[in-house]
Amino acid sequence: MNIVKKKTSLLNFGLSELSIIYPLLAFIAILLFNLVFTEGFFHIEIKNGHLFGSLIDIFNRGAPVILITIGMTLVYATGGVDLSVGAIIAISGALAAQMIRPDYVKGILEYGDQTSLIMVLLVPLALSIILGLWNGFLVAYIGVQPIIATLILMTVGRGIAQLITHGQIIVFEHQPFQFIGSGFFLGLPFPVIMVILLFALTWALTRKTTLGLFIEASGANPLASRYMGIPVRVITTLTYGFSGFCAGLAGLIITADIKAADANNAGIFMELDAIAAVIIGGTINGGRFSMAGAIIGALIIQSLTTTIITRGVPPQVVLVFKAVIIIMVALIQSKKLRDQLSLILHSGDRPS
Amino acid sequence: MRFRLSQKNIPILSTFLVFILLYLSGAFAYKGFFSLRVFINLFIDNAFVGIIAIGMTFVIISGGIDLSVGSLVAFTGVLCANLLSRTDIPPYMVIFICLLCGAALGLAMGSLIHFLEMPPFLVTLVGMFLARGLSFVISLDSVPIRNELFLSISKASIPLGNGIRLPAYAVTFIIMALIGAYILHYTRFGRNIYAIGDNEKSALLMGLPVGRTKIFIYTINSTICAAGGLVYSLYTLAGYPLAGTGLELDVITAVVIGGTLLTGGVGFMEGTVIGVMILGLIQTIITFQGNLSTWWTKVFIGILLCIFILLQRYIAARKIQDKNK
Repeated sequence: MNIVKKKTSLLNFGLSELSIIYPLLAFIAILLFNLVFTEGFFHIEIKNGHLFGSLIDIFNRGAPVILITIGMTLVYATGGVDLSVGAIIAISGALAAQMIRPDYVKGILEYGDQTSLIMVLLVPLALSIILGLWNGFLVAYIGVQPIIATLILMTVGRGIAQLITHGQIIVFEHQPFQFIGSGFFLGLPFPVIMVILLFALTWALTRKTTLGLFIEASGANPLASRYMGIPVRVITTLTYGFSGFCAGLAGLIITADIKAADANNAGIFMELDAIAAVIIGGTINGGRFSMAGAIIGALIIQSLTTTIITRGVPPQVVLVFKAVIIIMVALIQSKKLRDQLSLILHSGDRPS
Repeated sequence: MRFRLSQKNIPILSTFLVFILLYLSGAFAYKGFFSLRVFINLFIDNAFVGIIAIGMTFVIISGGIDLSVGSLVAFTGVLCANLLSRTDIPPYMVIFICLLCGAALGLAMGSLIHFLEMPPFLVTLVGMFLARGLSFVISLDSVPIRNELFLSISKASIPLGNGIRLPAYAVTFIIMALIGAYILHYTRFGRNIYAIGDNEKSALLMGLPVGRTKIFIYTINSTICAAGGLVYSLYTLAGYPLAGTGLELDVITAVVIGGTLLTGGVGFMEGTVIGVMILGLIQTIITFQGNLSTWWTKVFIGILLCIFILLQRYIAARKIQDKNK
């Protein structure tokens, strides 16, 4: 067994090696492409004490995707998937905008009684967490396949968001709230700061405590983990709740950034970005996860989008590129394909 | 044995009950609801959903899932409309090309699922975004269909008396449902689908052609879906790249409400048809009610799906208890 493994090691990387190297190389490749073909891509300047430039922009624009990727990584590691993040983004944004301008849907343009900023932030986030926990409850306690459980919310969620905004796009002006989306802190865009904070928190929780190990164990073998005394159901439910929280946060950022809640289009197709990022990052469905890899994956997706759009291609077409990339990465990581390839390559010297 | 059988039938019996209750409540609550026209409209307005649900029934019984259907409807419509308006390809060829594209996508997805053992949801999710992206590549705007053949097909109908007519595409839905039911319940291919869905390993050990069947299921499903896309473009007489968003949930809901188990191995084509009718009824009732936003449709469908999934889980739990006795 060992001998065979050594012979085929050319193609059979351990996951830990695979998780970081390939995505990092792909990210560098995209950056190099831009270094050559896009003028001023690496130019970073300081205006009014804030950093500006394409690179900062990638981090800034990519913040919502990176946030939901952090949540999606944990869900994916438990063997599930969360398709509802796009819808939760729409709900959280719609609720925040509705609370800022409660009378807008009745056609009254005055702002009326201002809801305090704390409530505008906390209520959408709380609802997002509840929706995420509902997904987790369906998956962990009822035993619904994750894809179906979250598909329900993926579609119903947009309906709920539409009902909150009464089918309108709520536009608003609210300086403190807008800071979340477009403010600057320590020279960096505020969304980037939030990403750094959330990443640090998640990393500490999953890698400095046993939580990360529990999540991986629950995904790799739920039954064995349960016999070992790991509260698999609770952990699975919590990861979905966390994913909902991340989506809610992303929804607030997006809404604050565009100063409007668009229930139809906010966060649409974003679940693919997050899933792609997680897969590119080397996390397997039910088992080991790599948070750093997933974030590099999200950066790849975002820099690719930025690159394609600066080339003058309509943004909707980016979907095709993303689909191609995700399938290519899935092919590279497919154990079956690697086994078959190594079988062909080593067919001469392999004992039958 | 008799007890087992009746338990297997609980989902489809409850489906039938829900349909009758919904229909009766509609008939009592709203004037003009209990008429042939409203009933026929159920078939007309949901023909494309129904056609796609037929393919999805095969997929779900085999234990798989296909998320690409909504996007494929949009892609087929956009491809068809653009081929008709921008090129001189004869309309019959256009229909053939559209079906072929659907089949090709299904073949590719089925092959990835079988040969590389990739999870169906991941492969079809990629298919979903690929098809949607490609329809944006073809055109960003809605393109009207003005071809004479297509116009005449969309107008062709069977008179049912009283000025009520059954359009050709509604007839297509009914015929395809009958063929689907025949394939599923009376052919070897149909039995293989049940066997694979119930237990893929046993099916393989029994010598059933698991790989061939699985690839074939996805190919057929995408072809049927392309046909559904053609029907949709006949229904709207346009190709629009944002058509069919969220359609996959409607279709999966129709199949699940129709008594097909999401875990595979159990399902009925006639249940799927009733499931489609139930979705249509919900929509009709909301229209008759008049003061409800159309967004309630999605919310109601989601709630109904939840209830039926809970029912399924309850039955599955009972089944395991029976086995342990």
